[in-house]
Amino acid sequence: MAQRSGMVEKRGLSHWLVHLGMILGVVIIFFPIWLAFVASTVTQSDIISPPMPLWPGDQFFENYSKALVSGINAPVGRMLLNSTIMALGIALGKIVISILSAFAIVYFRFPGRKLFFWLIFLTLMLPVEVRIVPTYQVAANFGLLNSYSGLIFPLIASATATFLFRQFFMTVPDELAEAARVDGASAMRFFWDILLPMSRTNMAALFVILFIYGWNQYLWPLLITTDPEMNTIVMGIKQMFPSGDDFADWPVIMATSILAMLPPVIVVVGMQKLFIRGLVDSEK
Amino acid sequence: MATIKLDDIHKSFGKTPVIHGVSIDVKEGEFIVIVGPSGCGKSTLLRMVAGLETVTRGEVRIDDRRVNEAEPMDRDIAMVFQNYALYPHMSVFDNMAYGLKIARVPRAEITERVTAAAQMLQLEPYLGRKPRELSGGQRQRVAMGRAIVRKPAAFLFDEPLSNLDAKLRVQMRLEIKALQKELGITSLYVTHDQIEAMTLADRMIVMNAGRADQIGAPLEVYANPRTAFVAGFIGSPATNFLPGAALGLSADSLAVRPEHMVLSAPGQGKIDATLTFAEALGAETLLHFRLEGGTQITTRQDGTAPVPAPGARAGLTWDARHQILFGTDGLRLD
Repeated sequence: MAQRSGMVEKRGLSHWLVHLGMILGVVIIFFPIWLAFVASTVTQSDIISPPMPLWPGDQFFENYSKALVSGINAPVGRMLLNSTIMALGIALGKIVISILSAFAIVYFRFPGRKLFFWLIFLTLMLPVEVRIVPTYQVAANFGLLNSYSGLIFPLIASATATFLFRQFFMTVPDELAEAARVDGASAMRFFWDILLPMSRTNMAALFVILFIYGWNQYLWPLLITTDPEMNTIVMGIKQMFPSGDDFADWPVIMATSILAMLPPVIVVVGMQKLFIRGLVDSEK
Repeated sequence: MATIKLDDIHKSFGKTPVIHGVSIDVKEGEFIVIVGPSGCGKSTLLRMVAGLETVTRGEVRIDDRRVNEAEPMDRDIAMVFQNYALYPHMSVFDNMAYGLKIARVPRAEITERVTAAAQMLQLEPYLGRKPRELSGGQRQRVAMGRAIVRKPAAFLFDEPLSNLDAKLRVQMRLEIKALQKELGITSLYVTHDQIEAMTLADRMIVMNAGRADQIGAPLEVYANPRTAFVAGFIGSPATNFLPGAALGLSADSLAVRPEHMVLSAPGQGKIDATLTFAEALGAETLLHFRLEGGTQITTRQDGTAPVPAPGARAGLTWDARHQILFGTDGLRLD
């Protein structure tokens, strides 16, 4: 008994220590975000005059409405819309294309099936940065500069997602496809009625990852858009920085940063339920 | 209801031949069991009838119509798979209704047919559930129900009971038999379990390495095996094979079923053997003997009969009517 109570006591102490450590970690990680939020609620002069305030000021509505409506180069509202369209376009497009190509690779026997799979797989080794010059050339020739198509299409193919769906489809028993064939389902009907509903948790997980990937694109939008009206928010923040002797409107820039963070947070939190459900009930 | 005719069916995977010419005429409403050890090609044969595998050579005819090139759905068959192959995201009702929906059967008729099948299979309380919420036996019933609602010309069963536990298997075996008799639908049933084959079949096909060694009624096959393989495969405990040389015969081996072996005093029987151990099963006792040359012999006697001590020697004898002689090629001699 004595030994047991001793263990409980020890566990109690380590329990507190562990939590203390974790709280400390959260505070360290959260502090810069907090600082950005504070900076977005005070005036320019408050920021410039040291020490910097650590508690929110009274300029919240002024700064945010200024950012959303007028911004610096372009209204942040507009940039948010551009980013949303781009991120949604990339995430949904990638899912549609990769699930279809994975379906073709797993369920159809056609000449060059392996070759095509490895060609897709090979593109994993070529990040955007490596192929950016030829891609830009192609996009420019198609007249895709300063357009949503230009923002979305060059990034829409995904070897990773194709690979993930391929792996998932390979775990689906062959008998399911055969049962569907005996039931009279055509290949696309099988895909639509059976594979797609079975993949929905995978699709949800991928959507979260790909939405954030699309949202965080920086280099490509920077190249393909020159019109401030087409800027995405992540690159737009950088564009807000002053060049030369201009003065930086830090409260508005910070408000923009906070706004840029919100949609990915909303997507992650909103999709969390589907995520967990996907992990908990395995349907196979 | 339909007839199924297999005419000299061959199948090769690449260059490897796996089925070397199987022919059978299945009559309307007949229950045919294809039985054999794993790898003998029995599932491949069934899948060729279903249209899930192509036929390399030969002809499959359903209701006297060549179906070699027809898609599974155009063959008017329904199949029950070993792992049930239920659609995991659909309710029991939708699983059973899926084929009918594709065939554009009117909604009211779908409901009627699914409900009727569910009633027949005692699945009514589960129609709204997902497959994962069902037990193994219930899933098996859903798979059967999916086949029944289609009202197909033929049922194809691919080892439907092998994922169930022993008790449930016996129960489902009886249900399948009763159901098939009630519906009168021509059925092909693949199994590796010879008891299932014996109890279910009107006629059975014993497959061995891609060949149909024997086709016939279960008791006929049991009593008159055509090859040594069939004699050894059908029946449990397995048939005893005595080396022909030990008995002074020209045949390669002589087969006697365990229940036809009779014990006698040492030297009094046709051959002497040593008892290695006895298994008392209650109703019967299995005695395992070893011959001089190391051959194992099993005899079966009534549970109340006296059992010799292990290590004891005994003579074994049998009625000449029950012995079957096989040549070196495994074929029956007489």
